[in-house]
Amino acid sequence: MELALAPETLARWQFGITTVYHFLFVPLTISLAALTAILETAWVRTGKEHYLRATKFWGKLFLINIAMGVVTGIVQEFQFGMNWSDYSRFVGDVFGAPLAFEALIAFFFESTFIGLWIFGWDKLPKKVHLACIWVVSIGTILSAYFIMAANSFMQHPVGYRLVKKADGTMRAELTDFPKVLFQETALVNFWHVISASILVGGAFMTGIAVFHLRKKRHVRTMRMSLRLGLVTALVGTLLTVVSADTLGKVMYEQQPMKMSAAEALWDSQQPAPFSLFAYGDVAKGHNTVAIEIPGILSFLAKNDFNAKIPGINDINKSEQEKFGPGDYRPNIPTAYWAYRWMIGFGGVSMALCTAGLWLTRRKFWLAPEHRTGDEDVPKLMLTKNMELTPKLGIWWWRLSQWTLIFPLIGISWGWIFTETGRQPWVVYGLLRTRDAVSPGVSQAEVLTSLIVFTLIYAILAVIEVKLMLKYVKQGPPELTEADLNPPTKIGGDPHDADKPMAFSY
Amino acid sequence: MELHDVWFVIIAVLWTGYFFLEGFDFGVGVLTKLLARDRTEKRVLINTIGPVWDGNEVWLLSAGGATFAAFPEWYATLFSGFYLPLLLILVCLIVRGVAFEYRVKRPEENWQRNWEAAIFWTSLVPAFMWGVAFGNIVHGVKIDKNFEYVGNFGDLLNPYALLGGLVTLTLFTFHGTVFVGLKTVGDIRERARKLSLGVGLVAAVVALVFLIWTQADNGDAKSLAALIVAVAALVAAIAVAQTGREGWAFALSGLTIVAAVAMLFLTLFPNVMPSSLNPDWSLTVSNASSSPYTLRIMTWCAGIATPMVLLYQSWTYWVFRKRIGTHHIAADVAH
Repeated sequence: MELALAPETLARWQFGITTVYHFLFVPLTISLAALTAILETAWVRTGKEHYLRATKFWGKLFLINIAMGVVTGIVQEFQFGMNWSDYSRFVGDVFGAPLAFEALIAFFFESTFIGLWIFGWDKLPKKVHLACIWVVSIGTILSAYFIMAANSFMQHPVGYRLVKKADGTMRAELTDFPKVLFQETALVNFWHVISASILVGGAFMTGIAVFHLRKKRHVRTMRMSLRLGLVTALVGTLLTVVSADTLGKVMYEQQPMKMSAAEALWDSQQPAPFSLFAYGDVAKGHNTVAIEIPGILSFLAKNDFNAKIPGINDINKSEQEKFGPGDYRPNIPTAYWAYRWMIGFGGVSMALCTAGLWLTRRKFWLAPEHRTGDEDVPKLMLTKNMELTPKLGIWWWRLSQWTLIFPLIGISWGWIFTETGRQPWVVYGLLRTRDAVSPGVSQAEVLTSLIVFTLIYAILAVIEVKLMLKYVKQGPPELTEADLNPPTKIGGDPHDADKPMAFSY
Repeated sequence: MELHDVWFVIIAVLWTGYFFLEGFDFGVGVLTKLLARDRTEKRVLINTIGPVWDGNEVWLLSAGGATFAAFPEWYATLFSGFYLPLLLILVCLIVRGVAFEYRVKRPEENWQRNWEAAIFWTSLVPAFMWGVAFGNIVHGVKIDKNFEYVGNFGDLLNPYALLGGLVTLTLFTFHGTVFVGLKTVGDIRERARKLSLGVGLVAAVVALVFLIWTQADNGDAKSLAALIVAVAALVAAIAVAQTGREGWAFALSGLTIVAAVAMLFLTLFPNVMPSSLNPDWSLTVSNASSSPYTLRIMTWCAGIATPMVLLYQSWTYWVFRKRIGTHHIAADVAH
């Protein structure tokens, strides 16, 4: 059979496409839920109208986004059984539990309380309505946690034992659930994903606020949003960098092959350099072109500029000794470039947002004549008295608008890196990907579903992006009488009984 | 009763919750064509389930996730074996969720009409397909000694399973008419009541044939009791709906679903997926289940989470308890 159409290849493409697509909506959902909750909290506490307008504006974008996140998530839960039935049989005893926890705890929170929040503006008192979005936010974070714990078992299986089933095949059985939930890999992976999600949300808010500020529209709301977005991005940046550093070290312990593939480090070196550019020959196992900074990889991996780092060829040999003959190398160019795109796109956004936070500051180290009011577009101030030159300024505004999608691209590459970098394993050291596919599912069936999902997802992507653009351009809504006078009773005030619903489908 | 028996019951409860709740919102989706006279009425219907359909759907995800955790072999055989029907259901659920959320986001009539058509079809098809799927599970399919489904797509479309599809479709639609009667006010409420008679009678006939077939196939005294409760509740629901006591009618149509699902699971036990090729190759609660340790942890989780979910989802229904009429629907604005 043609390798390109082997069921394993098709099933992997399907998992890759549906998962990367699903994950475009997940980090934005996580961060926008929290940001919307923060804005609504500000409205409830201060009563300032621009906070409510911002809540409605960002909440709308959040809803357009979460709708896609929810429906594409259903596929995620079902396709383990559909395309990866032998995987499900092998790990179900361990892997199923966090997934079931996610549904029973996190999904119910999210889906029930999002309904209350969408339709609850004229049915719930202010504070109860606010509590609903916080529950949604907690739900999204819990959901991420359970998924990262499950994924971490694939990266670094713990808390299980191998048991022979009646038919002679093996399966992993859970022996220590807390260990699966709280192993270091899970904690660090979770932090890395959450912090990158915070960066995604911060950059998204920054980009859209910049879009309006450049046109001098909705300045009051957007100026506040810009600052919130930039602060969020900075928090995301710091956490992402710290968690990335820890995760890199953990991964060097647990999956050195993945990390050396990320650096195209073919042979063991002491000290090992960080690669800036490499072009290599996979068959021969070396780079033909390499631009490197000496010692940095040793430091990143082991906190020691002089540490010895094992290379791909050597790790492959030791894995062959451990697991038997075979090629234990992932696709090296994919790992190498995915890793660089992840850092590159994330890094650009980090730099732009951190610079922006300084440039648009309001009072700190700023001469009084350069301070701008709530209704003004902020000046970009380099120092106390010096404004950024208009030429450079325009570039910051332009790039910061585009930064709204950079971390999203980075996070996608991060997933592509960590999942393809683990190959040929689906559960590292325990189960190979080729042994995980559904034996009973035909090539035609997988091909059908691959085409159907790809087509539907493509169509929905166009619809989603167009809607997003429409509502981004429309800007924050004008507030109505009903918005400013929320009900005092749960279920709505009796004298409003015959009024049209504040929100209806 | 061993832990895997407990888990068989829990899975049955999760599916029951799913069919009870999403049952009426599938029904309401079907009614957008059957009952609504104009687009405002369509919107009234859609808004009766607006705040709750998403939470209802999570019962399916919980049933799926719990099956994965408690009965990995069942999950693996079922989902890989019923590949194309599940693909169809998934596509419907994807489009349906987006349809509810996006329909109102643009004012153009074309846009809204397309999503309305989508809501109808993506409610109708899964309502039918779930019956087909469960018909096949209960009836038994070609499973080999490795627990692999070795039949093809056509095998799943046998008369018994197709009849099962008609049962869920008509029963959910009836459940939907009763729900609409309970949740609306004005002309549409009256028409929902009238429609419930016809739909209810069709559902009663199809369900009776299907359940008797099931009983004859594989029934015992317990399943017979469930059958009687299901049919009696359905007849009572139809009768009570005509008298306008909508709360009672809804409780009874809900009881019909509960009893019918209970009957299917009773005839299934101790199998979870019988093999039609050789009884020794059937998946059972013992050979498909997870280890006792996993089941114990899952029991704690489900034991605490499920009652909480019931509590806060009930609260949601109470918050949105007010009936909706055409006057509650604001003029066509995109938001």
